Amino acid sequence: MAEFTLPKNSKIQSGKHYPAKGAKKPRTFKIYRWSPDDGQNPRIDTYEVDMASCGPMVLDALLKIKNEIDPTLTLRRSCREGICGSCAMNIEGTNTLACTKAIDDCKGGEVAIYPLPHMPVVKDLVPDLTHFYAQYASIKPWIRTQSPAPARERLQSPEDRKQLDGYYECILCACCSTSCPSYWWNGDRYLGPAILLQAYRWIADSRDEATGERLDDLEDPFKLYRCHTIMNCARTCPKGLNPAKAIAEIKKLMVERRS
Amino acid sequence: MSAYPKEYRNPLKKARGLGSAQHGVSHWWVQRVTAVALVGLGVWLVTLVLRVLHADYAAARELVARPWNAVLLIAFVVTAFWHAVLGLQVVIEDYVHTRWKEIALLTAIKFVAVLAALAGVLAVLRIALGA
Repeated sequence: MAEFTLPKNSKIQSGKHYPAKGAKKPRTFKIYRWSPDDGQNPRIDTYEVDMASCGPMVLDALLKIKNEIDPTLTLRRSCREGICGSCAMNIEGTNTLACTKAIDDCKGGEVAIYPLPHMPVVKDLVPDLTHFYAQYASIKPWIRTQSPAPARERLQSPEDRKQLDGYYECILCACCSTSCPSYWWNGDRYLGPAILLQAYRWIADSRDEATGERLDDLEDPFKLYRCHTIMNCARTCPKGLNPAKAIAEIKKLMVERRS
Repeated sequence: MSAYPKEYRNPLKKARGLGSAQHGVSHWWVQRVTAVALVGLGVWLVTLVLRVLHADYAAARELVARPWNAVLLIAFVVTAFWHAVLGLQVVIEDYVHTRWKEIALLTAIKFVAVLAALAGVLAVLRIALGA
């Protein structure tokens, strides 16, 4: 059955407090901490950061904490401009990218930061995305053709290229999939919004010749039809994309090819 | 110390699982078709019930026994239980993760729905045919 309480060793406890002495503009961050090495339960550490000497984004605050307050804080980050998807995490209850979320846009006094929901945690804010990436590989995210390769690149009309808008921008940060209750309860078999959007990106590509096989592979009560149009995916996407629309397009094609 | 037991299988093995079941589109489509049918039948049922409410027993019986009313009532009963089974199936698949409980529940709802639909149809037929 679906579980509504955390197991005993996952119950979150209150953690350490790091006050900012002599700060001109202090702001409080409450951050989920867990380490696989110490056998302790997860805890929430409280950090006060002086905004007078901190960049504007949540990632800036996290890096300031790591550099100046507590070097043990663990997180992923790379591009710091919303294109790599590494710093996806749950900020104030919504999955988003720490690098594009402005601290000033956080409404509450204290900024709560957790790892992406319902994923195994590697450490602190780092979730284990192994299965997510394996699911991505399972949809064969590359162009598949039967016709022999042309001497030059495979061409596409501007109209056909437009069909990929809203899909090619996906950076696979996993914000949408980990916000989806269907993915929480059945993520072992349900592909989830991010992977289904990517699957549609190849179905919609005018140069791909494996549309039928792609639909065959998706026609499954769990892989595709666990989507119940809850729409958390579209609400949370930090790139403003709509995975639910991609899934609806796949469902339409499934019906269309039957009659 | 590792947080997880050592995993020897490739993650792709797990992600691909048993492959695609090659069905699911009928379930999804029929659930929507029955939903649309129930919108029409539901509105009609409310008007029928409102008329039956203000009738005495004999008049109510006579109203249900009219051919069109009997046909639409049977259509409503069958469609409603059909739609209910499809919807409940999704709920059970979503939330019940103990295999034997899942299979037992999926079978039970079908038995109950078929029996209840047959009982409903028989009730309408008995009135319509004057049995």
